[in-house]
Amino acid sequence: MRLYAWIAAYALRRYSTYRVAALSATFTNTIFGFMRAGVLIALWHARPSLGGYDVTDAVTFSFLTQALIEPVRIFGGSLDLTERIRTGDISIDLHRPVDLQGWWLADDLGRAGFALFSRGVPPLLGGALVFSLRWPSSPATWAAFAGSVLLAMLVSFGLRYLISLTVFWLHDDRGVNGISLITSMFFSGMIVPLVVFPGRLGTVAQLLPWAALIQMPADVFLGRRTDLLHVYAFQGGWAAVLLAAGRLLTMTARRRLVVNGG
Amino acid sequence: MVEAVRIYLLLAGTWMRSAAQYPASMVMLLATQAVATFLDAAAILIVFAHTPRLGGFSLPEVMFLYATSGISVAVADITLGTVERLGEHIRHGTLDTLLLRPVGPLLQIATEDFNPRRMGKLVPTAVMLVVSLRHLDLHWTLARAATLPLMLAGGVGIFWALWVLAAAWQFAVVDGKQAANSITYGGAYVTQYPLSIFGRDALRGLTWVLPLAFVNWEPALYVLGRPDPLGLPVFFRFASPLVAAVLAVLAALAWRTGLRHYQSTGS
Repeated sequence: MRLYAWIAAYALRRYSTYRVAALSATFTNTIFGFMRAGVLIALWHARPSLGGYDVTDAVTFSFLTQALIEPVRIFGGSLDLTERIRTGDISIDLHRPVDLQGWWLADDLGRAGFALFSRGVPPLLGGALVFSLRWPSSPATWAAFAGSVLLAMLVSFGLRYLISLTVFWLHDDRGVNGISLITSMFFSGMIVPLVVFPGRLGTVAQLLPWAALIQMPADVFLGRRTDLLHVYAFQGGWAAVLLAAGRLLTMTARRRLVVNGG
Repeated sequence: MVEAVRIYLLLAGTWMRSAAQYPASMVMLLATQAVATFLDAAAILIVFAHTPRLGGFSLPEVMFLYATSGISVAVADITLGTVERLGEHIRHGTLDTLLLRPVGPLLQIATEDFNPRRMGKLVPTAVMLVVSLRHLDLHWTLARAATLPLMLAGGVGIFWALWVLAAAWQFAVVDGKQAANSITYGGAYVTQYPLSIFGRDALRGLTWVLPLAFVNWEPALYVLGRPDPLGLPVFFRFASPLVAAVLAVLAALAWRTGLRHYQSTGS
């Protein structure tokens, strides 16, 4: 366990080296927050209580989800692991006395930890300068939100780990990255909040793992979901399923791996 | 100029052959680009499922804006989008390699990784333009019909210039790619919608400071027969190519200045 803590700590330090890149990205995240808020304001102007949100909720949702982009990697894609699979370096990783999935999970949590502050705080501050946002009403809500974000990170890792492992078979991750990007963008509520999805599309979207990434943490933040047990069970359930599937696939991939050269 | 086009096509063709080595990825990428574009459009349909008008604009009108913006962005991205990778080339030292070759670095980066997948955005947006035109109840005049190609060409020109500016900025701030995204991808995002929904101040900024209004908003006001909320003279509706030309000059200056002051990574 101490080893994994070290891996996470070093990942956090590694990512915190690129401060200009983080600053530059968070600037764009904030700008997009304003643009998305503009569109949602126009929509809620026409339909003031759409999906149970009011305008303040919708604006807060825009900035909050922009803030969560990097912590939960809403654009999907694969881990740096894919490059190691492609080059064959993975054969060394598999010989290490550490669990492959555990290593990368720790690494990803370290990355997400840094992103939470470097990429999470500025969009919310930027939004708060111009609009009045809806903040959690009590420390308990903040704590509930923190738990939900942590579970969202696990679900996100579970999805991206599976995507990364496909490189064992496909040898190139660009195609699956593309698919992962659009499913994640659309079904997470990033393009349009899931509460606005009509009819059956909405019901289905609320059941998919992507709903656990930003929609649920946002609903906890806004105080729209107080049935924490349900929220955590949903998020934790998907995290468990995805991580278990990742373990199975790792075992299959291990048998599949052929290392060339001598 | 002819030589540049010949080299462009040669390099692009080479990259396409390279992409074809991973057929599964190529097919997936082409399909995902197309699906992504449709999902973006689906988002607009979802919005309009709840309201007949967004900021006073009907669904076919927003579709028209979405499609004209989408086509301009797609053409610019297909032909030049990869220049945004300049920062990576500087960081990895590969820009030095490009500079040693007998072709301009802009041409080399623009064709880099040229891939048929990038067509994936163009086809759906073109279909959407046709659909929106069928649903728009417009009285077509010669001037209106002529404004359409004018706005698409102007839009492509503006996005070309923005992409090169976004790249040139990375000569100054090597890790600044993502910040530059706010004008390229941000520009692509806002021009999908009627700019008036972002408020009068934003509209002024998008006309005078960062002239994204000329991608499609100003000419679309003319094609759709709508008054300009800022009350600008009629001349502005047809100014897209002019704005594109001015931006292109600025972009060329910025790129040249950046390249002239480039000193390699020095290690």
